[in-house]
Amino acid sequence: MVQELHRLKETPSQTAGPYVHIGLTPNYCDIRGVYDDDLGTAMVNDQTLGERITVRGRILDGADTLVRDAIAEIWQADSAGLYNSPSEMRGAADPNFTGWGRCPTNAEDGYFQFETIKPGKVPFKDGRLMAPHITLWIVARGINIGLHTRIYFSDEVEANAVDPLLLRIEHRQRVETMLARKDGSTYTLDIHLQGPKETVFLDI
Amino acid sequence: MSANSNKQPETGGFFARDRAWHAPALTPEYKTSILRSPQRALLSLDGTISEITGPVFGHSMIGELDNDLIHNYARPGESAIGERIIVHGRVLDERGQPVRGALLEFWQANAGGRYRHKKETYLAAIDPNFAGCGRAITDEDGRYAFRTVKPGPYPWPNGVNDWRPAHIHFSVFGHGFAQRLITQMYFEGDPMIWKCPIVNTIPDKRAIEQLIAPLDWGQTIPMDARAYKFDIVLRGRRSTLFENRLEGN
Repeated sequence: MVQELHRLKETPSQTAGPYVHIGLTPNYCDIRGVYDDDLGTAMVNDQTLGERITVRGRILDGADTLVRDAIAEIWQADSAGLYNSPSEMRGAADPNFTGWGRCPTNAEDGYFQFETIKPGKVPFKDGRLMAPHITLWIVARGINIGLHTRIYFSDEVEANAVDPLLLRIEHRQRVETMLARKDGSTYTLDIHLQGPKETVFLDI
Repeated sequence: MSANSNKQPETGGFFARDRAWHAPALTPEYKTSILRSPQRALLSLDGTISEITGPVFGHSMIGELDNDLIHNYARPGESAIGERIIVHGRVLDERGQPVRGALLEFWQANAGGRYRHKKETYLAAIDPNFAGCGRAITDEDGRYAFRTVKPGPYPWPNGVNDWRPAHIHFSVFGHGFAQRLITQMYFEGDPMIWKCPIVNTIPDKRAIEQLIAPLDWGQTIPMDARAYKFDIVLRGRRSTLFENRLEGN
């Protein structure tokens, strides 16, 4: 016999289901008066530092049909590359930037959309700088466990070329599944849940 | 949340997720998963600061009735219809340590099994006094509690005659975004749990049992509400001691 490790098992995930909006964005589904605002609607205010950008995207299933009942959440560093989190030990992040956003995919055109700022670079574990990126987490009916991926920026060509995570992608043509296309101040990305253009999802 | 705590922030990486404990992405008996499941291998790597950090939410954002689903949508002097229950428990990590300041959001059907949602078509009645959403933030011991009515079971279009067992959905934030979790709580003694294609996406019976809240007779309030206990476990963190090794600390 050896000593017990006394570890617990993580609670198993279950799908968010079709009515996830009731819990996470009640105002979006016309439940008024319980919460003043849906959480994660505003990431920036007038004082937020950095380059203002819009990040938007759609989620498509294996038949290229829009997933209109998903919730997307993003988490990102501020313009100086600092996270607004107690676990951020490198400095104080911009107090006018939450770093976290939540948005349902729209019931009509299927887009999620965030008004945010371009994140700065943050270090990989070995000190190399990662290319600017946004963590994206998706839940929906039919998704048994939330899907993690990242949004990188198509115009960060040099940084993307040496990004430690992107370099880990064996099939190089799949790198572009994580690159949001720039059009003015808007970055757009389609997430493909499966099929030839399947997005690279992370076990991280 | 950390302002009133003298504990150091945690900066260690998270334990790798035991994917075999969770449902796989493709679970054909739950039909919607067929076209919504990634088929390629996930890219596995140890978390970076982008996943080790995460948003935190202050107790100040929680309204007085946010953890009272019986009253948070009810007209003055009225209350939601159904079996009055209290759901309480702790949020822990895999090391058994309490996760303080964790935001929990919950949602559920009403006592008749009907959701307040425009896509909901079940013929059971809407309760005008019940919205079905609430939230709470755990205290220093990782504890939370809320009051609600026991949700009803309901039929759903999957198989010809599939019904969801009574359940409450939970969304949980820990301290790192890698801990983000959505799950569902079931009720002890419900024979429908084992018939449900969504429950049965989870391959291990012990994992399913982790989602079943026991009736907690001790916490039951006489002449008022029965209690159910539901603990939630999030991914554990490595000690910071191990994280600093490469930098020579």
